[in-house]
Amino acid sequence: MISSFRTRQFWLPRPLFSLFLALLWLAMVNDVSVAHALLGLGLGVAIPFTTHAFWPEEAKIKRPLPLLRYLLVLLVDILRSNLVVALRILRPARYLQPGFFVYPLTLDDDFAITILASTISLTPGTVSLHYDAEANTLLVHALHLEDEEEAIATIRERYEQPLEEIFR
Amino acid sequence: MIAVVIPIAMTLFAVAALLNLYRLAIGPDIVDRILALDTLMINSIALIVLADIWMGLGILFELALLIALMGFVSTVAMSKYLLRGDVIE
Amino acid sequence: MTSIDMPWYLQFIIVAFLLFGALVALIGSWGLAKLPDFYTRLHGPTKASTLGVGCTLIGSLLYFSLQQEGISVQEALVTIFLFATAPVSAHMMGKAALRRRLKGVPGTRNMPER
Repeated sequence: MISSFRTRQFWLPRPLFSLFLALLWLAMVNDVSVAHALLGLGLGVAIPFTTHAFWPEEAKIKRPLPLLRYLLVLLVDILRSNLVVALRILRPARYLQPGFFVYPLTLDDDFAITILASTISLTPGTVSLHYDAEANTLLVHALHLEDEEEAIATIRERYEQPLEEIFR
Repeated sequence: MIAVVIPIAMTLFAVAALLNLYRLAIGPDIVDRILALDTLMINSIALIVLADIWMGLGILFELALLIALMGFVSTVAMSKYLLRGDVIE
Repeated sequence: MTSIDMPWYLQFIIVAFLLFGALVALIGSWGLAKLPDFYTRLHGPTKASTLGVGCTLIGSLLYFSLQQEGISVQEALVTIFLFATAPVSAHMMGKAALRRRLKGVPGTRNMPER
Protein backbone atom coordinates (compact mmCIF):
# COMPACT_ATOMS: atom_id res chain seq x y z
CA MET A 1 0.00 0.00 0.00
CA ILE A 2 1.55 3.27 -1.10
CA SER A 3 0.28 6.39 0.56
CA SER A 4 1.33 9.99 0.15
CA PHE A 5 3.71 11.89 2.39
CA ARG A 6 1.15 13.89 4.25
CA THR A 7 -1.08 11.15 5.60
CA ARG A 8 -0.87 9.48 8.96
CA GLN A 9 -0.59 6.12 7.17
CA PHE A 10 2.78 7.16 5.83
CA TRP A 11 4.43 8.43 8.98
CA LEU A 12 2.61 6.49 11.65
CA PRO A 13 1.21 3.29 10.14
CA ARG A 14 0.11 1.76 13.43
CA PRO A 15 -0.27 4.13 16.37
CA LEU A 16 -1.15 1.40 18.87
CA PHE A 17 1.88 -0.64 17.90
CA SER A 18 4.09 2.45 18.28
CA LEU A 19 2.71 3.02 21.76
CA PHE A 20 3.29 -0.65 22.56
CA LEU A 21 6.92 -0.41 21.44
CA ALA A 22 7.46 2.69 23.58
CA LEU A 23 6.01 0.93 26.65
CA LEU A 24 8.11 -2.18 25.87
CA TRP A 25 11.22 -0.02 25.79
CA LEU A 26 10.36 1.52 29.17
CA ALA A 27 9.78 -1.94 30.62
CA MET A 28 13.05 -3.20 29.19
CA VAL A 29 15.21 -0.47 30.69
CA ASN A 30 13.06 -0.52 33.84
CA ASP A 31 13.40 3.20 34.29
CA VAL A 32 10.59 5.68 33.73
CA SER A 33 12.18 9.01 32.89
CA VAL A 34 11.51 11.66 30.28
CA ALA A 35 14.65 10.78 28.34
CA HIS A 36 13.76 7.11 28.09
CA ALA A 37 10.14 7.92 27.27
CA LEU A 38 11.30 10.10 24.38
CA LEU A 39 13.76 7.49 23.17
CA GLY A 40 11.04 4.83 23.37
CA LEU A 41 8.62 6.98 21.43
CA GLY A 42 11.32 7.66 18.84
CA LEU A 43 11.90 3.93 18.44
CA GLY A 44 8.14 3.35 18.37
CA VAL A 45 7.86 5.70 15.38
CA ALA A 46 11.06 4.63 13.62
CA ILE A 47 10.60 0.84 13.74
CA PRO A 48 7.10 0.67 12.19
CA PHE A 49 8.12 3.34 9.65
CA THR A 50 11.07 1.33 8.39
CA THR A 51 9.51 -2.13 8.54
CA HIS A 52 5.79 -1.82 7.79
CA ALA A 53 6.32 -2.70 4.13
CA PHE A 54 7.04 -6.29 5.21
CA TRP A 55 3.98 -6.74 7.37
CA PRO A 56 0.80 -8.59 6.58
CA GLU A 57 -2.57 -6.92 6.81
CA GLU A 58 -3.49 -5.51 10.16
CA ALA A 59 -5.90 -7.56 12.24
CA LYS A 60 -8.82 -5.60 13.56
CA ILE A 61 -9.59 -6.07 17.20
CA LYS A 62 -13.19 -5.01 17.32
CA ARG A 63 -13.97 -5.52 20.96
CA PRO A 64 -11.32 -5.25 23.66
CA LEU A 65 -13.52 -6.43 26.53
CA PRO A 66 -14.05 -10.01 25.32
CA LEU A 67 -10.30 -10.07 24.68
CA LEU A 68 -9.66 -9.49 28.39
CA ARG A 69 -12.11 -12.22 29.29
CA TYR A 70 -10.43 -14.51 26.79
CA LEU A 71 -7.01 -13.87 28.36
CA LEU A 72 -8.39 -14.65 31.83
CA VAL A 73 -9.94 -17.91 30.61
CA LEU A 74 -6.62 -18.72 28.94
CA LEU A 75 -4.65 -18.10 32.14
CA VAL A 76 -6.91 -20.42 34.16
CA ASP A 77 -6.76 -23.05 31.42
CA ILE A 78 -2.97 -22.94 31.24
CA LEU A 79 -2.81 -23.69 34.96
CA ARG A 80 -5.44 -26.43 34.67
CA SER A 81 -3.78 -27.97 31.62
CA ASN A 82 -0.45 -28.15 33.37
CA LEU A 83 -1.90 -30.06 36.28
CA VAL A 84 -3.68 -32.42 33.87
CA VAL A 85 -0.56 -33.00 31.78
CA ALA A 86 1.60 -33.41 34.88
CA LEU A 87 -0.73 -36.14 36.17
CA ARG A 88 -0.73 -37.88 32.79
CA ILE A 89 3.07 -37.81 32.71
CA LEU A 90 3.38 -39.26 36.20
CA ARG A 91 1.02 -42.13 35.46
CA PRO A 92 2.51 -45.16 33.67
CA ALA A 93 2.63 -44.69 29.91
CA ARG A 94 0.40 -47.66 29.13
CA TYR A 95 -2.65 -45.74 30.34
CA LEU A 96 -2.06 -43.06 27.73
CA GLN A 97 -4.17 -43.01 24.61
CA PRO A 98 -2.54 -40.48 22.30
CA GLY A 99 -4.18 -39.59 19.03
CA PHE A 100 -4.45 -37.08 16.22
CA PHE A 101 -7.55 -35.27 15.11
CA VAL A 102 -8.34 -32.76 12.41
CA TYR A 103 -9.97 -29.59 13.63
CA PRO A 104 -12.07 -27.78 11.00
CA LEU A 105 -11.65 -24.03 11.42
CA THR A 106 -14.42 -21.50 10.97
CA LEU A 107 -12.14 -18.48 11.48
CA ASP A 108 -10.63 -17.01 8.34
CA ASP A 109 -8.38 -14.23 9.65
CA ASP A 110 -4.68 -15.23 9.74
CA PHE A 111 -3.95 -13.49 13.01
CA ALA A 112 -6.96 -15.06 14.72
CA ILE A 113 -5.93 -18.51 13.46
CA THR A 114 -2.43 -17.97 14.85
CA ILE A 115 -3.88 -17.09 18.24
CA LEU A 116 -6.18 -20.10 18.16
CA ALA A 117 -3.30 -22.45 17.26
CA SER A 118 -1.17 -21.03 20.08
CA THR A 119 -4.08 -21.39 22.47
CA ILE A 120 -4.55 -25.02 21.48
CA SER A 121 -0.87 -25.65 22.13
CA LEU A 122 -1.00 -24.06 25.57
CA THR A 123 -4.19 -25.73 26.83
CA PRO A 124 -5.12 -29.18 28.16
CA GLY A 125 -3.24 -31.99 26.47
CA THR A 126 -3.33 -30.73 22.88
CA VAL A 127 -0.64 -29.41 20.52
CA SER A 128 -1.43 -28.00 17.09
CA LEU A 129 0.94 -29.48 14.50
CA HIS A 130 -0.05 -28.48 11.01
CA TYR A 131 -2.22 -25.83 9.39
CA ASP A 132 -3.74 -26.76 6.07
CA ALA A 133 -4.49 -23.48 4.31
CA GLU A 134 -6.55 -25.02 1.51
CA ALA A 135 -8.91 -27.05 3.61
CA ASN A 136 -8.70 -24.51 6.47
CA THR A 137 -8.06 -27.19 9.07
CA LEU A 138 -5.64 -27.67 11.93
CA LEU A 139 -4.03 -31.03 12.66
CA VAL A 140 -3.99 -31.45 16.44
CA HIS A 141 -2.24 -34.06 18.55
CA ALA A 142 -3.80 -34.93 21.88
CA LEU A 143 -1.92 -36.60 24.70
CA HIS A 144 -5.03 -38.46 25.77
CA LEU A 145 -7.82 -38.65 23.23
CA GLU A 146 -11.01 -40.27 24.39
CA ASP A 147 -13.67 -38.66 22.30
CA GLU A 148 -12.76 -36.75 19.14
CA GLU A 149 -16.12 -35.03 18.76
CA GLU A 150 -16.03 -33.84 22.33
CA ALA A 151 -12.51 -32.42 21.99
CA ILE A 152 -13.50 -30.51 18.84
CA ALA A 153 -16.67 -29.20 20.48
CA THR A 154 -14.73 -28.04 23.53
CA ILE A 155 -12.21 -26.09 21.47
CA ARG A 156 -14.96 -24.55 19.36
CA GLU A 157 -17.06 -23.47 22.29
CA ARG A 158 -14.30 -22.35 24.61
CA TYR A 159 -11.82 -20.64 22.30
CA GLU A 160 -12.97 -20.25 18.72
CA GLN A 161 -16.31 -18.60 19.35
CA PRO A 162 -14.87 -15.93 21.70
CA LEU A 163 -12.14 -15.26 19.11
CA GLU A 164 -14.78 -14.82 16.41
CA GLU A 165 -16.51 -12.35 18.64
CA ILE A 166 -13.29 -10.40 19.15
CA PHE A 167 -12.17 -10.22 15.53
CA ARG A 168 -15.43 -9.73 13.73
CA MET B 1 13.23 -19.12 54.28
CA ILE B 2 14.13 -18.02 50.75
CA ALA B 3 17.80 -18.80 51.37
CA VAL B 4 16.83 -22.40 52.15
CA VAL B 5 14.48 -22.85 49.24
CA ILE B 6 16.64 -21.48 46.42
CA PRO B 7 19.23 -24.30 46.56
CA ILE B 8 16.36 -26.81 46.58
CA ALA B 9 14.76 -25.22 43.53
CA MET B 10 18.14 -25.07 41.79
CA THR B 11 18.67 -28.76 42.49
CA LEU B 12 15.28 -29.59 40.98
CA PHE B 13 16.09 -27.58 37.86
CA ALA B 14 19.53 -29.20 37.64
CA VAL B 15 17.89 -32.64 37.73
CA ALA B 16 15.52 -31.45 35.00
CA ALA B 17 18.52 -30.33 32.93
CA LEU B 18 20.15 -33.74 33.43
CA LEU B 19 16.98 -35.43 32.19
CA ASN B 20 17.10 -33.19 29.12
CA LEU B 21 20.74 -34.17 28.55
CA TYR B 22 19.69 -37.82 28.77
CA ARG B 23 17.10 -37.27 26.03
CA LEU B 24 19.69 -35.31 24.04
CA ALA B 25 22.07 -38.25 24.22
CA ILE B 26 19.66 -41.08 23.36
CA GLY B 27 16.96 -39.23 21.37
CA PRO B 28 16.22 -41.58 18.48
CA ASP B 29 15.60 -38.82 15.95
CA ILE B 30 17.13 -35.42 15.39
CA VAL B 31 13.78 -33.74 16.18
CA ASP B 32 13.95 -35.26 19.67
CA ARG B 33 17.36 -33.71 20.10
CA ILE B 34 16.06 -30.30 19.02
CA LEU B 35 13.25 -30.62 21.54
CA ALA B 36 15.73 -31.60 24.25
CA LEU B 37 17.92 -28.59 23.46
CA ASP B 38 14.91 -26.27 23.51
CA THR B 39 13.86 -27.56 26.93
CA LEU B 40 17.43 -27.28 28.17
CA MET B 41 17.43 -23.61 27.16
CA ILE B 42 14.17 -23.01 29.05
CA ASN B 43 15.49 -24.75 32.16
CA SER B 44 18.74 -22.80 32.04
CA ILE B 45 16.75 -19.55 32.06
CA ALA B 46 15.26 -20.63 35.38
CA LEU B 47 18.71 -21.57 36.71
CA ILE B 48 20.08 -18.15 35.75
CA VAL B 49 17.18 -16.35 37.41
CA LEU B 50 17.60 -18.40 40.60
CA ALA B 51 21.35 -17.70 40.64
CA ASP B 52 20.47 -14.05 40.24
CA ILE B 53 18.34 -14.12 43.41
CA TRP B 54 20.94 -16.22 45.22
CA MET B 55 23.73 -13.77 44.55
CA GLY B 56 21.45 -10.78 45.06
CA LEU B 57 22.57 -9.12 41.84
CA GLY B 58 19.32 -8.34 40.06
CA ILE B 59 21.08 -7.84 36.74
CA LEU B 60 21.15 -11.29 35.15
CA PHE B 61 17.64 -11.11 33.67
CA GLU B 62 19.13 -9.59 30.50
CA LEU B 63 21.06 -12.81 30.11
CA ALA B 64 17.80 -14.69 30.63
CA LEU B 65 16.10 -12.63 27.92
CA LEU B 66 18.99 -13.23 25.53
CA ILE B 67 18.97 -16.97 26.13
CA ALA B 68 15.20 -17.07 25.65
CA LEU B 69 15.63 -15.29 22.31
CA MET B 70 18.50 -17.51 21.21
CA GLY B 71 16.63 -20.67 22.19
CA PHE B 72 13.52 -19.70 20.27
CA VAL B 73 15.31 -18.55 17.12
CA SER B 74 17.64 -21.55 16.96
CA THR B 75 14.77 -24.01 17.52
CA VAL B 76 12.75 -22.45 14.73
CA ALA B 77 15.79 -22.29 12.42
CA MET B 78 16.65 -25.95 12.95
CA SER B 79 13.03 -27.06 12.46
CA LYS B 80 12.86 -24.93 9.32
CA TYR B 81 16.00 -26.58 8.05
CA LEU B 82 14.48 -30.02 8.55
CA LEU B 83 11.28 -28.91 6.84
CA ARG B 84 12.79 -27.41 3.71
CA GLY B 85 16.47 -28.25 3.63
CA ASP B 86 17.30 -24.54 3.70
CA VAL B 87 17.43 -22.12 6.58
CA ILE B 88 16.74 -19.11 4.36
CA GLU B 89 14.14 -19.51 1.67
CA MET C 1 22.82 -13.95 49.58
CA THR C 2 22.07 -10.51 50.88
CA SER C 3 20.23 -10.22 54.13
CA ILE C 4 16.55 -9.62 53.76
CA ASP C 5 13.93 -8.42 56.13
CA MET C 6 10.63 -9.28 54.63
CA PRO C 7 7.41 -10.23 56.37
CA TRP C 8 7.07 -14.00 56.57
CA TYR C 9 3.92 -14.18 54.47
CA LEU C 10 5.60 -12.42 51.53
CA GLN C 11 8.53 -14.80 51.82
CA PHE C 12 6.03 -17.65 51.89
CA ILE C 13 4.40 -16.51 48.64
CA ILE C 14 7.78 -16.22 46.89
CA VAL C 15 8.88 -19.61 48.17
CA ALA C 16 5.61 -21.16 46.99
CA PHE C 17 6.13 -19.74 43.48
CA LEU C 18 9.73 -20.92 43.30
CA LEU C 19 9.04 -24.44 44.56
CA PHE C 20 5.89 -24.93 42.48
CA GLY C 21 7.73 -23.73 39.38
CA ALA C 22 10.69 -26.02 39.97
CA LEU C 23 8.44 -29.04 40.57
CA VAL C 24 6.33 -28.43 37.46
CA ALA C 25 9.42 -27.92 35.29
CA LEU C 26 10.93 -31.11 36.68
CA ILE C 27 7.77 -33.03 35.79
CA GLY C 28 7.92 -31.58 32.27
CA SER C 29 11.50 -32.73 31.79
CA TRP C 30 10.65 -36.09 33.32
CA GLY C 31 7.95 -36.42 30.67
CA LEU C 32 10.48 -35.52 27.99
CA ALA C 33 12.76 -38.28 29.22
CA LYS C 34 10.22 -41.03 29.69
CA LEU C 35 7.27 -40.68 27.29
CA PRO C 36 7.27 -43.21 24.44
CA ASP C 37 7.18 -41.23 21.18
CA PHE C 38 8.01 -37.78 19.88
CA TYR C 39 4.45 -36.46 19.65
CA THR C 40 3.71 -37.25 23.28
CA ARG C 41 7.10 -35.90 24.36
CA LEU C 42 6.20 -32.58 22.76
CA HIS C 43 3.56 -32.02 25.46
CA GLY C 44 5.91 -31.95 28.45
CA PRO C 45 8.18 -29.06 27.47
CA THR C 46 5.55 -26.90 25.79
CA LYS C 47 3.27 -26.83 28.78
CA ALA C 48 4.99 -27.91 31.96
CA SER C 49 8.43 -26.40 31.44
CA THR C 50 7.00 -23.10 30.24
CA LEU C 51 4.70 -22.78 33.24
CA GLY C 52 7.45 -23.91 35.61
CA VAL C 53 9.92 -21.33 34.39
CA GLY C 54 7.13 -18.75 34.28
CA CYS C 55 6.38 -19.35 37.97
CA THR C 56 10.07 -19.10 38.84
CA LEU C 57 10.30 -15.81 36.98
CA ILE C 58 7.23 -14.46 38.77
CA GLY C 59 8.80 -15.46 42.09
CA SER C 60 11.96 -13.59 41.11
CA LEU C 61 9.89 -10.58 40.05
CA LEU C 62 8.16 -10.49 43.44
CA TYR C 63 11.47 -10.87 45.25
CA PHE C 64 13.23 -8.03 43.48
CA SER C 65 10.14 -5.81 43.57
CA LEU C 66 9.83 -6.24 47.33
CA GLN C 67 13.51 -6.05 48.12
CA GLN C 68 14.38 -2.97 46.12
CA GLU C 69 12.28 0.12 45.77
CA GLY C 70 10.00 0.14 42.76
CA ILE C 71 8.84 -2.74 40.62
CA SER C 72 11.04 -4.86 38.45
CA VAL C 73 9.17 -5.75 35.27
CA GLN C 74 11.87 -7.38 33.16
CA GLU C 75 11.08 -10.83 34.49
CA ALA C 76 7.50 -10.30 33.36
CA LEU C 77 8.87 -9.56 29.88
CA VAL C 78 10.80 -12.84 29.83
CA THR C 79 7.69 -14.71 31.02
CA ILE C 80 5.47 -13.18 28.34
CA PHE C 81 8.12 -13.90 25.73
CA LEU C 82 8.32 -17.56 26.78
CA PHE C 83 4.55 -17.99 26.75
CA ALA C 84 4.30 -16.37 23.33
CA THR C 85 7.08 -18.42 21.72
CA ALA C 86 6.56 -21.88 23.25
CA PRO C 87 3.54 -22.77 21.04
CA VAL C 88 5.33 -21.50 17.94
CA SER C 89 8.44 -23.59 18.47
CA ALA C 90 6.27 -26.61 19.38
CA HIS C 91 4.35 -26.12 16.13
CA MET C 92 7.56 -25.93 14.09
CA MET C 93 9.06 -29.03 15.72
CA GLY C 94 5.80 -30.91 15.22
CA LYS C 95 5.76 -29.97 11.55
CA ALA C 96 9.36 -31.13 11.18
CA ALA C 97 8.48 -34.44 12.86
CA LEU C 98 5.51 -34.95 10.54
CA ARG C 99 7.72 -34.16 7.57
CA ARG C 100 10.25 -36.77 8.70
CA ARG C 101 7.37 -39.26 9.10
CA LEU C 102 8.19 -40.13 12.68
CA LYS C 103 6.20 -43.09 13.92
CA GLY C 104 3.75 -42.61 16.75
CA VAL C 105 3.58 -45.07 19.61
CA PRO C 106 1.50 -48.17 18.68
CA GLY C 107 -2.12 -47.47 19.48
CA THR C 108 -2.03 -43.85 18.38
CA ARG C 109 -5.40 -43.02 16.89
CA ASN C 110 -5.74 -41.50 13.39
CA MET C 111 -2.03 -41.46 12.62
CA PRO C 112 -1.77 -39.16 9.56
CA GLU C 113 -0.63 -40.82 6.36
CA ARG C 114 1.66 -38.09 5.05
